[in-house]
Amino acid sequence: MAKRVMTVDDSRTMREMVAFTLRQAGYEVSEAEDGVKALAALKAAPVDVVITDLNMPNMDGVTLIRQLRAEPRYRSVPILMLTTEGDAAKKAEGKGAGATGWLVKPFDPAKLIDVVKRVAG
Amino acid sequence: MVTLDHLRATYFEEAAELLERAYAELAALSEGRAGEDTVHALFRAYHSIKGGGGAFGFTRPVGLAHVMETLLDLVREDRITVAPDLLALLLRGTDMLADLLAAERDGVAATPGVEAGILDALESAAKIDHIAREQAAPVQAAAAIADGWRIEFRPHPGLFRSANEPLHILRELAGLGPVEVVADPSRLPGINRIDPEEAYLSWTVTLRAAVARAQVQDVFEFVIDDCDLSIDALDDATEPAATMAERPVATPTAEPAPPDIAAAPNASPLAQSVRVDVAKIDRLVNLVGELVITQAMLAQHEATLPPDLCPGLTRGLETLSQHLRELQDGVMAIRTQPVRTVFSRMPRLVREVAGMLGKDVRLVVTGEGTEIDKTVVEQLADPLTHLLRNALDHGIEPPDAREALGKPRQGIIQLSAEQRGGRIIIEITDDGRGIDRARVLARARERGLVSAEATLSESEIDELIFLPGFSTAETVSAVSGRGVGMDVVRRNIEALGGRIRLESRLGHGSRFTLTLPLTLAVLDGLVVSVGRDAYILPIAAIVESLRPRREDVRDVVGHGQVIAIRGSYVPLVPLHTRFGVAGAVNDYTRGIVVIVETDHSGQIGLLVDDLVGQQQVVVKSLEANWRRVDGIGGATILGDGRVALILDVAGLAALPAVAIPAAPPRAHLHLH
Repeated sequence: MAKRVMTVDDSRTMREMVAFTLRQAGYEVSEAEDGVKALAALKAAPVDVVITDLNMPNMDGVTLIRQLRAEPRYRSVPILMLTTEGDAAKKAEGKGAGATGWLVKPFDPAKLIDVVKRVAG
Repeated sequence: MVTLDHLRATYFEEAAELLERAYAELAALSEGRAGEDTVHALFRAYHSIKGGGGAFGFTRPVGLAHVMETLLDLVREDRITVAPDLLALLLRGTDMLADLLAAERDGVAATPGVEAGILDALESAAKIDHIAREQAAPVQAAAAIADGWRIEFRPHPGLFRSANEPLHILRELAGLGPVEVVADPSRLPGINRIDPEEAYLSWTVTLRAAVARAQVQDVFEFVIDDCDLSIDALDDATEPAATMAERPVATPTAEPAPPDIAAAPNASPLAQSVRVDVAKIDRLVNLVGELVITQAMLAQHEATLPPDLCPGLTRGLETLSQHLRELQDGVMAIRTQPVRTVFSRMPRLVREVAGMLGKDVRLVVTGEGTEIDKTVVEQLADPLTHLLRNALDHGIEPPDAREALGKPRQGIIQLSAEQRGGRIIIEITDDGRGIDRARVLARARERGLVSAEATLSESEIDELIFLPGFSTAETVSAVSGRGVGMDVVRRNIEALGGRIRLESRLGHGSRFTLTLPLTLAVLDGLVVSVGRDAYILPIAAIVESLRPRREDVRDVVGHGQVIAIRGSYVPLVPLHTRFGVAGAVNDYTRGIVVIVETDHSGQIGLLVDDLVGQQQVVVKSLEANWRRVDGIGGATILGDGRVALILDVAGLAALPAVAIPAAPPRAHLHLH
């Protein structure tokens, strides 16, 4: 069965790029535009990997990661964060919150697929 | 199917929305309406423009967005405050960003270095000596290649906390080449003391593949802080053993309590909107149109049946008609778009033009959420631009002049939209000098547009500015040109089925009111018969209909005939002579006169044979199917399959009182 990925980003362009790339690679992709919506959707229907932006309205990525890690169901689900220009402080914060890995924007589609494979098998 | 072009298009669409958002937030800041999220939203707008743009390699807009983002970040952290200077700078930066993005979208190269000035200004505002542009992290000795690698991987107990999985890592290594994996279970405690959430196993992997160290390192990218790792070349001659220094475990400090999200709105987990190609919607609109025609046809057949022959059929047709109307409304609603898309371009225009003219003007925009047919929205840009330029150039006085008049130095232009009934009203109001009617009249006389003796009412004088080639500007300016254009503005608006009206008070300002239909595709019409032909009159234009008495109609030399209605005289237009229809009712007392209201020509009376009935008709373009005919706004297909022309009342009133010889050759007219 195809693995399910959720991309969380307030930028439609980024969501569509992530979704497009991963769908081509055979993943099933859902989208959410901020942490609040992602959390609600993820609680309703579990996924195998979450890819989240850090800077978002309503609920940012780091908070989303923390909230997800507090859910028993998401303790061991890989969560990737999308960061820009390898912001070390943000990355550390995300990592501290329980992020599995990260991807620096702009990313190469092949790299995205590699990274998702790395964390999701 | 999503393609890269599609993604690009999405990016530009989104970038446009983000720019709009940025302008709105900047306006909020400058008007002191800034909320808690204003700066954050502004930051995110530039951030997202940058993030998406990077993926497409749009280095110039990305570079600019990056500097603006950095600046906003400093504001966010209260390291710099938003002063008017900074706002102006951000506005200029946003304008430039819009230009650079437009250049990327259109595939033209923006002038090299055009953004250098604003970049410098932004950077110095941020007191940044050098803003690091996005760069790949430098890789040390990572390019070294060995014949193979010996990898010691000893996860820290907490590795699983970040949901990393050593198995996936080992698999990825195996993907690089043949591997031998030896597990070390020595840290495993007794079965009773195993914590399933801790990592106990370690591995030694021998990878026999000539790959770069970086490739191996990369596999451990996410766990480098959560393990002890050493990567040694198998062939010591190629590269001396290099051991990654042990790193302290990154112990997560006490996590802050998760914020309460119970108060968050009940967000639907499903997407709130879908994106659909306009062509698909138009196909739907067309199909619904065909359905309406079919329904009208059925109704017409049903009407010829004896009553009570089949009550079920009658009821069914009624329900069908009702549902069809709802379906039509629903489909039309998809086609609508907020006027925001066109309104959002105006603040920049006003800023730039005001700057050029040395005027101080504030644009107040309201009702930008008002929705109107997408086609109308797109066609509004030119007329609005023109009207705003005019207001800036001819309306608003220079600051000193305003002060001398006792007005505030800053002029105000209001741009508003609202829905009233089935129409959208757009108003452009300025508090400038207003229309100087004496000057307008003098100029019109000078140009021979009005005879010297004619006395005109105020509204008639206002109408003069809509005449082709009319201009009262003393000097031809680069901004609003020669004043050619008010006629074009009116034509554009009328082509959209709309009307434009001017109100003005000398010394106090002017207001242009545009009245536009919600949709161009459907029209509530009155079907009238003339000879064997049927015509459609837009219901909205009809004032009343009557059968005149002989004494009501009079001949006026040079002006044809008029009809007296409650003391005033309305020009009469017999449709059959206008369109050269044979066999129509010629005698007023045997036909019907429909009084219609036109915007600039007042009322006119149209002589028709009979009123057939009210009907919603689907408007088909005559131009697209045949050619433009003055006095005709379009065509439609009636229930019986006949083509009926939709009358353009304003056009009819403006026509000279002579017959148009050629009616369209119906045999060649196939509407689709």
